[in-house]
Amino acid sequence: MNVEEFLRAATEASGVSGHEASVAHIYEEALRGYVDDLRRDSLGNCIAFKAGDGKPPRPRIMFAAHMDEIGLMVTKIEERGFLRFTTVGGIDPRTLVGAEVTVHGRERLRGIIGTRPPHLIPEEERTRAYKLEDLFIDVGIDGDRAEQLVSVGDVVTLNRPLLKLCSDRLAGKALDDRAGVAALVGAMEHLRRIRHEADIFAVATVQEEVGLRGAVVSSYGLEPDLGVAVDVGFGDMPGLGEHETIKLGKGPAIVRGGTVHPRLYERLVETAKQHGVKWQREVEPAGSGTDAWAIQVSRSGVPTAVLSIPLRFMHTSVETLSTSDVRETSRLLALFAAGVDAEFVRGFEYDLTTAQ
Amino acid sequence: MILQQLSEAYGPSGDEGPVRELIAEEVRPHVEVLKVDSMGNLIAAKGLASSRPPVMVCAHMDEVALMVSWIEENGLLRFKKVGGIDDRILLSRAVKVGRKGVHGVIGAKPIHLQRPAERKSVVQSTDMFIDIGATDRSEAEKVVEPGDYALFDTRFEVTGDGMLKGKALDDRVGCAILCEVLKGDYSFPLYAVFTVQEELGLRGATVAAYSISPALGLVLEGTTCADIPGTEEPRWATRLGGGPALSVMDRASIANKDMLRRLREVAEREKIPYQFRRTTASGNDAGPVSLTREGVPTATVSVPCRYIHSAASMASRSDFENTVNLVSAFLADLSQRGY
Repeated sequence: MNVEEFLRAATEASGVSGHEASVAHIYEEALRGYVDDLRRDSLGNCIAFKAGDGKPPRPRIMFAAHMDEIGLMVTKIEERGFLRFTTVGGIDPRTLVGAEVTVHGRERLRGIIGTRPPHLIPEEERTRAYKLEDLFIDVGIDGDRAEQLVSVGDVVTLNRPLLKLCSDRLAGKALDDRAGVAALVGAMEHLRRIRHEADIFAVATVQEEVGLRGAVVSSYGLEPDLGVAVDVGFGDMPGLGEHETIKLGKGPAIVRGGTVHPRLYERLVETAKQHGVKWQREVEPAGSGTDAWAIQVSRSGVPTAVLSIPLRFMHTSVETLSTSDVRETSRLLALFAAGVDAEFVRGFEYDLTTAQ
Repeated sequence: MILQQLSEAYGPSGDEGPVRELIAEEVRPHVEVLKVDSMGNLIAAKGLASSRPPVMVCAHMDEVALMVSWIEENGLLRFKKVGGIDDRILLSRAVKVGRKGVHGVIGAKPIHLQRPAERKSVVQSTDMFIDIGATDRSEAEKVVEPGDYALFDTRFEVTGDGMLKGKALDDRVGCAILCEVLKGDYSFPLYAVFTVQEELGLRGATVAAYSISPALGLVLEGTTCADIPGTEEPRWATRLGGGPALSVMDRASIANKDMLRRLREVAEREKIPYQFRRTTASGNDAGPVSLTREGVPTATVSVPCRYIHSAASMASRSDFENTVNLVSAFLADLSQRGY
């Protein structure tokens, strides 16, 4: 897989939470031929399966990266066809002013989140930040046509063709978490060439941004022995401290904190060191708000880890990453999975009744 | 559609070359003289056999933009604004830096890490930066340098019900109309001037009008339009779909009353819808043209454009076409009935 090409297709596709089907299709096409089974569950999660060569019962490892993206939803059609909206997932309204969007109505409608021109804005208003309720989408059609083509509840995506920046960096929308989805595809490719005892389930999940829901049902269904969520982490930028960010181009961050089982953290670090995979640390003491949370508390509990791909400007239409970080994440995932055997998995639960 | 090329072309105030070249190619077959003055204005003339005094029609080529002012050690670019831009429309925009069009983005702090008070405040452009993906200053310096312009990265599209969307519709719509008007023949010397640096203080028109010394001036613009939710109708300035907007007065000039009357007469006779530009805010090239030498009767006809001076503006195709029709009919009227 060419990371840039995959991400171009995957990020330019639309997949607001609850509407991930076109992203699912891209994921499935990328994996066809690389895996033993591909299926979708009733919520829309895409589950790719690759059998290990260990003796049954083999360890079961679940990788998860979410397909859904933040977006908007139409709440009202105004008289002259202007649309009012709310957000799906966390979006700073200040990043929406002047944005181009696509309204997914009966037709796809291109729109602009408009404002008054500076010429007509009184000085005192310029220091006032726009709030969601100030904003509207202009799709350039009148009220009657808007009533025909658009319905309250239609989703809206931000428009942003993937941009190739300097170095190996890319900017676009929905890299949170299509970058993670790309890392899963890359890991499955590696696992064609690397022996692995464990069965691997690479799950592209739905509805993460609105409550980790896809991971809840897929981890229940798969009953994994181990889980690894691949998501994005806050990339370094002016205005944020080194203590709260990770660096682009320095490889995936291996997360430490409540959602991560210490032994998985240690194993990931050892694996990275042993194979010369670039890595960095990220601390999420209270637990990262990723699919890992849902996997961890599935059924009677699943040891889980989190890998974060560094991403600048998260939840905007210009999220920026380094493709090398995606590739390193794939390598680390694959090498980690290849190192898991029945013995490693057995050690997480133990009985102290007869301990000496 | 020439407007598509014009809208997507590179032409910030002070570096209008690529737009000028595009227009020169477009109008060359239709004019007798085509020249560039020392400031960069493109002057196209025809009807020069006539001994009548010249008429100048102008539209500005330049667009508002950003300019790289400093490259940080970490490879991020600081910038200043070129022309009037509301800081609030800059976050999360994609830009192209320099004539080579190096891709960059204006990032924003993730919502997860903002303090509640931050969410309520406006991020100043002086606190923003353009990220071109360079990992440090030396990598950035290979492709950009301070003084390079950054333009909004926006595709032109026909959208909605007969709407035109793109960057720089102010004033590439005027340029496109002027290209169209130059295809006609007139019984007077017509000087079509594609001006520079309008957004920085109406500078190109100042010198072009002096050298042409016209008997009449007509300015073609893409003008403010705020017929949007949250703005009461009296403050719309213009209405999309309401036809060409005639200026009465703005901060730079008061339209010549005879020309305004004549424009209205022509519009009514030809059944072309029109509206008045109902604000006195802002100014355009009519200011310097009207004050040239001992004074020049001047008027402005504009295509209303929503969201000007931002990444994506929107105009109505019917307004565009009606403006072509009105300007053509007005010039034909000058041909026939004199001035």
